Amino acid sequence: MNARQKFVAFKTIVFREILRFSRIWIQTILPPVITTALYFVIFGTLIGSQIGDMDGVRYMDYIVPGLIMMAVITNSYANVVSSFYGSKFQHNIEEMLVSPMPNYVILLGFISGGVARGMAVGLAVTLVSLLFSNLQIHHLAVIISVVMLTSVLFALAGFINGIYANSFDDISIIPTFVLTPLIYLGGIFYSISMLPEFWQKVSLINPILYMVNAFRYGFLGISDINLLASYAIILGFVAGLFGFSLHLLNKGKGIRS
Amino acid sequence: MTAALSIRQLTKTYANGLQALKGIDLEVAEGDFFALLGPNGAGKSTTIGIITSLVNKTSGQVAIFGHDLDRELTAAKSQLGLVPQEFNFNVFEPVVEIVANQGGYYGIERKLAYERAEQYLKQLGLWEKRHSPARNLSGGMKRRLMIARALVHRPRLLILDEPTAGVDIEIRHSMWEFLKTINRQGTTIILTTHYLEEAENLCRNIAIIDEGRVIENTGMKQLLHQLQMETFVLDLARPLASLPDIPGHVLRRVDDTTLEADISRGTSVNRLFADLTARDIQVLSMRNKTNRLEKLFMYLVDNDRQAGVRP
Repeated sequence: MNARQKFVAFKTIVFREILRFSRIWIQTILPPVITTALYFVIFGTLIGSQIGDMDGVRYMDYIVPGLIMMAVITNSYANVVSSFYGSKFQHNIEEMLVSPMPNYVILLGFISGGVARGMAVGLAVTLVSLLFSNLQIHHLAVIISVVMLTSVLFALAGFINGIYANSFDDISIIPTFVLTPLIYLGGIFYSISMLPEFWQKVSLINPILYMVNAFRYGFLGISDINLLASYAIILGFVAGLFGFSLHLLNKGKGIRS
Repeated sequence: MTAALSIRQLTKTYANGLQALKGIDLEVAEGDFFALLGPNGAGKSTTIGIITSLVNKTSGQVAIFGHDLDRELTAAKSQLGLVPQEFNFNVFEPVVEIVANQGGYYGIERKLAYERAEQYLKQLGLWEKRHSPARNLSGGMKRRLMIARALVHRPRLLILDEPTAGVDIEIRHSMWEFLKTINRQGTTIILTTHYLEEAENLCRNIAIIDEGRVIENTGMKQLLHQLQMETFVLDLARPLASLPDIPGHVLRRVDDTTLEADISRGTSVNRLFADLTARDIQVLSMRNKTNRLEKLFMYLVDNDRQAGVRP
């Protein structure tokens, strides 16, 4: 396969993925938008009005970047894990495996599909947030790069979950018991400076903290974490997870006998 | 001429210790219509899985049109189309998308992939269903969809794993004609089937696998020549009161108007007819009691498992 053919194969997977989640937008796009709107109403408008400012900004404005990031993370992850496991379950992953398309193209295709859904939901949530907050942009390049890299990272994580999953239960265990707690403890609703010193240090183990804070910096210009440290952590995870995913694909883990 | 498929000492041992293939050697010539037969669990699907790289081999070599799977996997895969035994498409996707996407995975531009999808879906009688989700198709339509999908990148070697399982006789015959046509146009075809009349009708060469080994690999005609005796069923014009005694023939009376005759290899059927006519017994029609290949297949598999004699 030459480079042009590989690009065609890549585009085919991406378009197929976008069509897949677009066809079922009531299941894929709408629910996170509604959920996030409820967060805005409850935590921002009702409870937030009692909290006052955080790190010098209105509480509603403070939580908006984190809530957008939460939607991006969960949807990038969910898209890849459900699509890849669904392909395994129905055996239509074999359509790709018998083709001459290299494994890295398959991986990039699924990841891009996850990023596309993450971005679509992120954009929808951002638009909804404009109804509740005065969203400002402090550094556009940081916003775009952090949200894209984070989306890639969690799409990769979803891919690995999809490879190891042997049942539909397996694709909900990680999001429920790992991802959700990490997201909620990742500084979406509070600044870690509010925590006792010990818990501040514990929070630093949570990679999502770095992503939420870097993203918040892009909007508000404030962060609990050094921006470079955030990029280093995100890029490190992306590289590590990409390498591991490709290794699993090359080995045929879960997809070849 | 380079072989379409060359397999050398292929072995496969699964993680649970099951030795599915025990050193298979096989060669399929370019342009052949080749039958790969064997009882359930013989190793056919494992062999196909390895050829199509869906199963990792334990040892041995596989080459497709001279491209070794270990060294030139991409080139080897480009030559290959697979129609698997199980339905393996996304049942929620529209029919035309399934075929066109497969073209895309082979690097075929969208426009061309749709043109080819149209061509094959029309040839296989599925064009009217092109916008239907695949789950709405009947079993026979799903089989034909998988054939269209396997052909969209114009493979030189097409592997069909039980392509007509569960398909009604009319569609089966139309699929046979379609497969004969693409074989005549140059596509090498490897067919596995449990319908042995299908293999006899379509294939020129044959390999029989049993318990992970090739127990027969020859031409279809040569194989059928091994048959020492055939049993024919004769439908008679008038009822017979008793079994006629005709020297040199073994006859059995099934009912008033039906006889069975065992004809040894080398014996002319004309002689039997002449003898029956001489006794005023008119035969309306004649047919094989069992499929010839089926008889041989049973014998070869049984013989492989316990010493026996040719039928």
